[in-house]
Amino acid sequence: MRERDDEWTGLMRSAIAGDSAAYHRLLKAVTPVLRAAARRGLARAGQPVDQSEDIVQDILLAVHLKRHTWDVSAPFAPWLFAIARNKLIDALRRRGRRIFVDIDDFAETLPGETPAETASPGEVAAQLQTLPARQRDVLQAIAVDAASIKDTAAKFSMSEGAVRVALHRGLASLTAKLRER
Amino acid sequence: MDTDQLIRTLAADNAHRARPVGFALMLALLAAAPVSLLMFFTELGVRPDVMVAMHNPFFNLKFAVTLALAIAAIAVSLHLSRPEASLRGFGLLLLAPVGILAAAIGGEMMMPQRLPMMTRMVGKNSSTCLVAIPLMSLPLLAGALVGLRHGAPSRPAVAGAIAGLLSAGLAATLYASHCTDDSPLFVAAWYTIATALVTAIGALAGAKLLKY
Repeated sequence: MRERDDEWTGLMRSAIAGDSAAYHRLLKAVTPVLRAAARRGLARAGQPVDQSEDIVQDILLAVHLKRHTWDVSAPFAPWLFAIARNKLIDALRRRGRRIFVDIDDFAETLPGETPAETASPGEVAAQLQTLPARQRDVLQAIAVDAASIKDTAAKFSMSEGAVRVALHRGLASLTAKLRER
Repeated sequence: MDTDQLIRTLAADNAHRARPVGFALMLALLAAAPVSLLMFFTELGVRPDVMVAMHNPFFNLKFAVTLALAIAAIAVSLHLSRPEASLRGFGLLLLAPVGILAAAIGGEMMMPQRLPMMTRMVGKNSSTCLVAIPLMSLPLLAGALVGLRHGAPSRPAVAGAIAGLLSAGLAATLYASHCTDDSPLFVAAWYTIATALVTAIGALAGAKLLKY
């Protein structure tokens, strides 16, 4: 557990320093842990666990947009779990249940426990369709077609800077829409 | 969009750097301050005998109380903008203005006074105080909330209440230079009521606006 936390903290430090590959690895590494906790929370609230992917995506978006509130000298896991807990409580509340979520739900996830993604997630994909065309195109090119910023810029005859702006704005407004639903 | 696709998209956006919350809060407060200052100078203004008043320690103590409140609230609100933070420990900072005020009341008690205690507490400007501080707070509160939206507080209502304290502290600093009631008893009574009102507004607004 300690080793895992140190590894995450190291990856996040590299990510903040500009290493996108480290950031990608970090997000991949935390996702199974978040997924397991989301399932446990849903199961305990008597909700179908196949909604866990929406919650995982919600958490990942919040982590991304709020990562400047992480103190690079602090361990990463407590920060991550605080966001995850907040989002899980929100999600359960929205489904009409008040439930106490224990921080240990996240911390205690065993390394071997890596449930696979189940149902295709709906909420992010649905909100994606409501974005302005340019943001949606850019997000889709990068997400679905795995295009680089450069390729996306060429494809839509935009500058790379404009692609970056559209990408970030798209992610921010997706998150805002998810929050307001 | 499946989760792997989302992760790929987030990683592609890694180059984007958000400003620290403290910077966003400072900018938003600087943008809001002219509105409150305009309200102050058009409707109230600094009291005419300010040069004389500055020799009265109880006039100066009003600023110590209001500025201590504003500064402590800024520090606490920045702390609370981190998701894993709680009020524990840091909340004690908010006792600083209370301590200064209590000491000032004690000091005043020990000095001979021309006016009885109740008269000093009731003062002459209580209604102005109760209207002016909340009104001048509102632009600052709006600014503080805009700035703090860059953070990720785990309890948005609490964070909003602290934003209310912050803006009330700043507005009360302006008001203190207008008000001719310098007794710490007056401050303890009326400034506190005005601050409590702004804090409640901040909590209500924060619960909605500071959710991330």
